Amino acid sequence: MVRFQNVGMRYGFGPEVLRDISFELEPGSFHFLTGPSGAGKSSLLRLLYLAHRPSRGIISMFGRDMAQAKRHELPEMRRRIGVVFQDFRLLAHLSALDNVALPLRIAGYPREKARAHVVELLNWVGLGDQLDALPATLSGGEQQRVAIARAVIARPRLLLADEPTGNVDDEMALRLMHLFIELNRLGTTVLIASHDQLLIRRLGKPVLRLVDGTILSGPPETA
Amino acid sequence: MFGPRTDLALSRDPAGRTVPWIIAAMVFIGTLSLAAAFGLNEASAAWRHLVTGNLTVQVPDGPDADARADEAARVLAATPGVASARRLERAEVLRLLEPWLGRDAAATQLPLPRLVDVRLDPALAIDTRALALRLAESVPEARLDDHGPWLERLSRLTRGLQMIAAGGVGIVACATMLIVVFTIRAGLLVHREVISVLHLIGAQDAYIARQFQWHAVNMAFKGALPAFLLAALVAFALGLAADRLSAPLIPKVALGITGWLALPLVPLAAILLAAVTARFTVLLNLKRTL
Repeated sequence: MVRFQNVGMRYGFGPEVLRDISFELEPGSFHFLTGPSGAGKSSLLRLLYLAHRPSRGIISMFGRDMAQAKRHELPEMRRRIGVVFQDFRLLAHLSALDNVALPLRIAGYPREKARAHVVELLNWVGLGDQLDALPATLSGGEQQRVAIARAVIARPRLLLADEPTGNVDDEMALRLMHLFIELNRLGTTVLIASHDQLLIRRLGKPVLRLVDGTILSGPPETA
Repeated sequence: MFGPRTDLALSRDPAGRTVPWIIAAMVFIGTLSLAAAFGLNEASAAWRHLVTGNLTVQVPDGPDADARADEAARVLAATPGVASARRLERAEVLRLLEPWLGRDAAATQLPLPRLVDVRLDPALAIDTRALALRLAESVPEARLDDHGPWLERLSRLTRGLQMIAAGGVGIVACATMLIVVFTIRAGLLVHREVISVLHLIGAQDAYIARQFQWHAVNMAFKGALPAFLLAALVAFALGLAADRLSAPLIPKVALGITGWLALPLVPLAAILLAAVTARFTVLLNLKRTL
């Protein structure tokens, strides 16, 4: 599904923020990505959700060498990836419903069919009564749930989440994790960047540790 | 107003608020320029129609000028293609000179040439050069005037004025394109975060370009429609005013049905130009991003 070989990354002419990154995510796998602040987790995720090109090394995704991928091929590949951004990145002038429906609309789903899916998912994440609410009127935790719903609505093959439970209580965090696990059971490959060691140990999934711009794989940690 | 539901809040952009006003000014100028071009065309055709159906023969003043003018009229009248040829009386010639010499011209003893008014048969073509040669055989001092040089100068003037009008329309088109390019680039900058999210969710450049394109259509429509209606009203009022102006050699100035049908093309072209410019501006700018 995803393979990194000696990947390095820098912003502009700055220093390398990622060095010699090599790892592989098998189809249908579930990993946590952890590491101290500034270790490069967000940069690694940027490479994974195709927002940045590596400065060296080989990235292969969905069986395709990304160095060979043309710019016009990227949108189709991005539609296979669901992303939960750390800062949510919801569209401020769109309602919760329209924000979640965005990936379906972009993919050209019929409006009514998309609406039924979106309403069902927003109900599931506990926002059934906030369909028409604008992001500014929602709490941090509610915005995070809208962002998660947007990331999973199109049943992505790869789900990337940057601190997806950082703004919700433990109960909701566990509920959202079960959503990710359910998606994973249906075949989605999941990578979650998180600081929440308790949650990581509780779920017992493999961990990729990022330290000082380079990666150290680790066995599942259990509580 | 028009177009699909948008993910970008483009209608709230401050940069876009002035665009309809600027497009309105452009469409107003463009519509009046095109109206002027068509008006000139019609006026030129009317002038041509006035003079191409006839010729004038001048016989210089002299002791037997009247007889020689009558001889010229006789020769011309016998020529195929000439419907009639008649010597103008002195009173008629003086009336023609009245706008330049005043009413007192009749009292003077000016050596006036004799004029023969020749009407041509519109159904038959005539070779004016052969006619002039034939006339020279009978009345050598007679001069045939087919208004050619005057018509040539008129044509050149009309073409020049039409070029100026077309240049005006061209400048208006360029200015409209520039305004749209600057506004769309400002929009791309303002909405770069949302555009980035749309890209990361899988939006094609064309999906984003379509939203800017419809935004440009809406801005252009808001400006173009009232400006066109106002310009058409002004053109109509100027046509009425020209109708009431009765001056010698000034024909009726009218746009004609072709002109009135062509005028709506200006706002339509402005809207189309705005849409196409917006689309290509977005596509070219997004090409530089990942």
